[in-house]
Amino acid sequence: MQVTKESKMKQEFIITVYSENHIGLLSRITIIFTRRKVNIESLTVSESAIKGIFKFTIVIEETKEQVIKMVGQIEKQIDVLKAFYHTNDEVIYQEIALYKVPIEPIYQSNSIEKIARNAGARILEITRDYVVIEKTGHKNETQALFDELNKFKVMQFIRSGRVALTRDPIERLSEFLKERDAFLDSQNE
Amino acid sequence: MENKKIPGSEAVILSLIEENVDIIFGYPGGAMIPIYDSLYDYNDKIRHILTRHEQGLVHAADGYARVTGKPGVCFATSGPGATNLVTGIANAMLDSIPMVCFTGQVGSPLLGTDAFQESDLIGITMPITKWSYQITKAEEVPEAVAKAFYIAQTGRPGPVLIDITKDAQMGMLDWKYEKCTKIRSYVPEAPVDILKIEEAANIIDKAKKPLLLLGQGVIIGRAENELREFIEKTGVPAAWTLLGLSALPTEHPLNVGMLGMHGNYGPNLLTNEADVIIAVGMRFDDRVTGKVSSYAKKAKIIHLEIDPSEINKIVKADVAVIGNSKKSLQLLTDKVKENSHDEWIKEFKKCDDIEYKKVIEKDIHPTKPGLTMGEIVRMASEKTNHEAILVSDVGQHQMINARYFKFKHTRSHVSSGGLGTMGFGLPASMGAQMGMPDRTVFSVSGDGGFQMTIQELGTIEQNKLPIKIIVLNNNFLGMVRQWQQLFFEKRYSFTKLHNPNFIMIAKGYGIEGNKVDKREDLDAAMQKMIDHDGPYVLEVTIEKEDNVFPMVPAGASVSDVMLEP
Ligand SMILES: Cc1ncc(C[n+]2csc(CCOP(=O)(O)OP(=O)(O)O)c2C)c(N)n1
Repeated sequence: MQVTKESKMKQEFIITVYSENHIGLLSRITIIFTRRKVNIESLTVSESAIKGIFKFTIVIEETKEQVIKMVGQIEKQIDVLKAFYHTNDEVIYQEIALYKVPIEPIYQSNSIEKIARNAGARILEITRDYVVIEKTGHKNETQALFDELNKFKVMQFIRSGRVALTRDPIERLSEFLKERDAFLDSQNE
Repeated sequence: MENKKIPGSEAVILSLIEENVDIIFGYPGGAMIPIYDSLYDYNDKIRHILTRHEQGLVHAADGYARVTGKPGVCFATSGPGATNLVTGIANAMLDSIPMVCFTGQVGSPLLGTDAFQESDLIGITMPITKWSYQITKAEEVPEAVAKAFYIAQTGRPGPVLIDITKDAQMGMLDWKYEKCTKIRSYVPEAPVDILKIEEAANIIDKAKKPLLLLGQGVIIGRAENELREFIEKTGVPAAWTLLGLSALPTEHPLNVGMLGMHGNYGPNLLTNEADVIIAVGMRFDDRVTGKVSSYAKKAKIIHLEIDPSEINKIVKADVAVIGNSKKSLQLLTDKVKENSHDEWIKEFKKCDDIEYKKVIEKDIHPTKPGLTMGEIVRMASEKTNHEAILVSDVGQHQMINARYFKFKHTRSHVSSGGLGTMGFGLPASMGAQMGMPDRTVFSVSGDGGFQMTIQELGTIEQNKLPIKIIVLNNNFLGMVRQWQQLFFEKRYSFTKLHNPNFIMIAKGYGIEGNKVDKREDLDAAMQKMIDHDGPYVLEVTIEKEDNVFPMVPAGASVSDVMLEP
């Protein structure tokens, strides 16, 4: 069979995993990457819209071929309902960044409001010592703001893992669960 | 009506009875004492085999599972007891063996405190189990055990582990058991896609040089008859992987032999001539494919496989049929046309003749004075009319066993494939004998591997298991020595063994034995062992520096298979 060139090229992929909540599943999933020496760029775990079902959003840089194989290994885990993979342009995604900047130099330059406004960031807290700014965006955007604020020597900086939604009109998971329940019931008849 | 209140420990035993378990392989310890205490009351319903080491029990459970198809059940205590299972669990995982392991654990308030004999078994075994679960409350027992048995034996089987804290064993619950029949997040086998079957059938009908590769999936799926019907209708020759061995009788006219590194000449060489490959329940292990980039390049690949993650993992499939091998083969046989491939099969025959002259004849009818592994193994097979179960250890003799022992019945060859675990053979033969008490079981080991689990002679004697134990003694770690000879200029770095008197050891355990070092004594000694009522150790001194051929050197293409150095 032909292997396309595209499938051999490394690029960023977002893998979304839906699971029944089970202690230890996170380890089982991360082992799949670490065993193949694949670095997890970002990882977010949260409860999905459906109660009791958890969603893992994992960002890695790999070839499509590898991603397909790893998604297969993830789906094989007993407690995993379904795993999807997407390229960045197939999803809407964001990360959130927080910046703590010392108050003194900012007052002197008098530019903080403007920087925040231009970057689409908001100010979360101002104290006598520092300002905390929040920005949501893609990594290059949150990084650009970091570079800008670092003129004032950023005291602390944190960027979250990625969260992502597909562009599908329907929630794939609920469709999937309906099909799965119907399938398993039919198997047991 | 009120349910009966019982402790978690008793619930474990009752759950096993509900799952029709009749034998447990185990070794007690502090964190398992409550369960062992409950077991004491159910001695009439369930048998427990006490081995001499936990590695022994886990391989025994594995051997039992391979010959019966039922899950092997293991008990081990926390800490060292549990960690001693690890090799055997990894072995079962790579070979898709259904197994349910119970490990004791410290009380739940002590978890994570480095308590006495605490080790994180769930963490340690995560990459080598199909599923695992820690029970910390008595009321979780029935559901967790039911789930464990369901997962271990459905779909692609595998080992599961239940770690159970001491307080969960001692806590009380309302006893009620329900078998697990489905798990929402788990589809054991997908329904076969009939369009794929049609696509595959079209390709097969047009094939001029088709070759079927059968793996253990045929045995696991109990698809031996379906396989036979398929090849007999299509006339497609079938070659087998190490773990597919015995699914198809050795003497079947379409059985063309073994694949892989020490497989037969024809199937290796002709893999690269085939125009269609039909892989059934096998996973293109690197010991089978050799260099993947030059593997079966002329062939369209049809892959029948239950585990979707195996599709395209190593070799890209042109048509992938996902599902149970029994169903897929049935559907495929219905769709394909009757056919025959006499000219193509003649090519295998030609290769067989070459291999016979260059390798086989010297192996089984040697003219040199030293005894060969091949003649011994073939004799064992013939003397039992090819009806016996053969359990192998790992090394040169393992390959010789697979090449020269003949089989009439499925589930008759037990060998550690994926992990290649030395020390597997002797304990696995105990499980095989317990699973098939009426059949003759041979355990054939090298002098190296035999000493890795030699203590199980004690278990064999205690349970009067009539295993025919053959130790092929070349005073070397033979397989490693062979590589050193062929690829490292005979630099025999730490592969020479000074061995004890094996027969004296056997006798020390109360087991009869005999040592042979001359060809003229072999026949009588073999016969004596087979006729002996009870376990028996036959040690045979063999040629020190014999090699296993044919050989596909590591990293070479299958068509570069060598017949001699
Ligand atoms: C537990 C374990 N340790 C090491 C090895 C590597 N190994 C593979 S074959 C072999 C030699 C086996 O020697 P022996 O048991 O005497 O059998 P022979 O090859 O001579 O038939 C070794 C050391 C292994 N497979 N398993």
